[in-house]
Amino acid sequence: MIPHLLSAADLDHEDAVLVLDTAAEMATLSDRSVKKLPALRGKTVVNLFFEDSTRTRISFEAAAKRLSADVINFSAKGSSVSKGETLKDTALTLQAMGADAVVIRHGSSGAPHRLAEAGWIDGAVVNAGDGTHEHPTQALLDAFTIRRHLRGGEGDLSGLRVTIVGDVLHSRVARSNVHLLDTLGAKVTVVAPPTLLPVGVEEWPVTVSYSLDDPLPESDAVMMLRVQRERMNAAFFPSAREYSRRYGLDQVRMDMLPEHAIVMHPGPMNRGMEIADGVADHDRSVIVEQVANGVSVRMAVLYLLVGGSRQPEPTEVIV
Amino acid sequence: MSERILLQGVRPLGGAPTDVLIADGVIADLTPAGSPAPPEGVRALDLSGQILLPGLVDLHTHLREPGREDAETVRSGSAAAALGGFTAVHAMANTDPVADTAGVVEQVFRLGQEAGYVDVHPVGAVTLGLGGEQLAELGAMADSAAHVRVFSDDGKCVDDALLMRRALEYVKAFDGVIAQHAQEPRLTVGAQMNEGAVSAILGLRGWPAAAEESIIARDILLTAHVGSRLHVCHVSTAGSVDLIRRAKERGIAVTAEVTPHHLLLTDELARSYDPIYKVNPPLRTDRDVQALRMALADGTIDIVATDHAPHTSEDKDCEWDAAAFGMIGLPTALSVVIDTMVRPGLLDWAGVADRLSAAPAAIGRVPDQGRPIAVGEPANLTAVADDDEWTVDPWAFPGPARNSPYRRMTLPGRVTTTILRGRPTVVAGDLQW
Repeated sequence: MIPHLLSAADLDHEDAVLVLDTAAEMATLSDRSVKKLPALRGKTVVNLFFEDSTRTRISFEAAAKRLSADVINFSAKGSSVSKGETLKDTALTLQAMGADAVVIRHGSSGAPHRLAEAGWIDGAVVNAGDGTHEHPTQALLDAFTIRRHLRGGEGDLSGLRVTIVGDVLHSRVARSNVHLLDTLGAKVTVVAPPTLLPVGVEEWPVTVSYSLDDPLPESDAVMMLRVQRERMNAAFFPSAREYSRRYGLDQVRMDMLPEHAIVMHPGPMNRGMEIADGVADHDRSVIVEQVANGVSVRMAVLYLLVGGSRQPEPTEVIV
Repeated sequence: MSERILLQGVRPLGGAPTDVLIADGVIADLTPAGSPAPPEGVRALDLSGQILLPGLVDLHTHLREPGREDAETVRSGSAAAALGGFTAVHAMANTDPVADTAGVVEQVFRLGQEAGYVDVHPVGAVTLGLGGEQLAELGAMADSAAHVRVFSDDGKCVDDALLMRRALEYVKAFDGVIAQHAQEPRLTVGAQMNEGAVSAILGLRGWPAAAEESIIARDILLTAHVGSRLHVCHVSTAGSVDLIRRAKERGIAVTAEVTPHHLLLTDELARSYDPIYKVNPPLRTDRDVQALRMALADGTIDIVATDHAPHTSEDKDCEWDAAAFGMIGLPTALSVVIDTMVRPGLLDWAGVADRLSAAPAAIGRVPDQGRPIAVGEPANLTAVADDDEWTVDPWAFPGPARNSPYRRMTLPGRVTTTILRGRPTVVAGDLQW
């Protein structure tokens, strides 16, 4: 297994499937009365959050605690430029406290790379979302969710068609998903107005569509991205209403999907903007389940990075 | 000052081994190597086989003083320049206070004279406080003791088209030149790196080539219209090269510079997220690098200028988007040019002398620099052991800044000797005082 999880591209096919398989083992825990494993007893996991994200922090916290790790939550609001302590000093502090893993959320793309590679700390670094770069555990939980619904919870995602819709330019979720879905053999289409696609997207392993209607009938899973209304002030699109009309997933478009297709969203949703109320709450929407799977996937990542064992012994997991 | 020096066995512009006698600040004699033992009172320096060049002239240096003496001072930057083979540098105006008055440019000029390692020619700001709204007193700076001829808001673009037109017109009165930092500000709000395949992956906000090229295109048209002189700072894209080439074909008085780092490094380095590679304009693609090398070879780009930009480690040892733009380049400039231009056969030593000495001196209207190596010419000279290789160690540089992107790289060509008007500033690679 790799020493850090900084990008979904760090995972080769074998590692990616290993994480998903391990997550599946972890998920069986939630059916038990005692939801705890001793795997990381005596290890310290620090949640280092420079951005508010209660959802992601709680998910990592639950994951670490279910593995019996000691968890320290470190909220460092504001960036190194705006206030006080720099990323470097924070890292040195964590190093002094003996962190075995640092889960970092940061507004600057690449901050986890700096933390892992500047020589400030020894522990494993897990990227929990950095700027507009990546959010690899979100991609893993998305892949886990897709695999569970469409591949019987085994193997990879070969041949599945996944459509990612929305603000790809600013989305760390999209970048991680593109890498991981490609690694797992899925065929990815990204859909967005041209203003919300990065220059250079033509080199990604994806099909690009400016129309949402075109790929829907061929999609096995549709992943809607959060679109911030403020983007229209920067002229990315004329109005929220026009965005919603052209790129929102409403009931009419839902009906264009194949019967088996699932609808996903990394949250938090803008209901009425990129996704209609009825679609978000539809029985083919797996949005709530994504949250639950997030804990299992993050347990798997922490276990594999910090637990130090590449091939988990089944007996070790089933305690 | 009146010391007489004999440079033994050097090869002027790569030519035949020659003994060069320097007396009273000028080249007194040139004789084939192997002349008898030097007369009494002559200091002999054995430079056998080394290349002798006119002292290098940098049209684009940030010396940070006044205001950021924690990053560089006129003295430390001058020392770095001498170690790099330079005998003159142009100090950019974006200091604090800004060099937008005769007072500030005279202060920087005098600090340069006191340090004495190189001639420091202050660049004057085009607009008051680099604010882009009102012309600074360009005439007062031109008439000051610092004799300013190069004006630039470098670090910021003079993006107001009318103001740029007026600046170009106004400097005609004293044969000045506007050195433009070509960066359309609206296209580069929050921009972090070259916009392209790598920025798309890294999630760093893109800096389109068009932001540079659109300003260059506009400024070329303005320059042609008012009949003035335009110098384009740190050209970084293949598209900019095309624009400048076409302008020159039409006879427009545009000159351009390229930095050593844009001749060698590409945006692939940003994948490390190490802000040592964060620079303005950003590192571009390999295609751009190749176009810049060709343009420097064929003269479309007139000169190499370092854009030496020292920063403290506090401003660099952080997240990419929190870090300052810039890299230091004076001590490594000639080596990078040897690596990227001389060794591949794109430029001979006469070409190096032109692009790093004669041409920048001409653009900056510095009469006693960039001169031929001939009897009677001012003895501003540098000798380089072109076959030597050295490993870059920024901790050995004279200034407090360490932000060299070449750290730990091995580069060809070591400057052994620098002479400013007959006085050695560097001998055997060491500063002389």
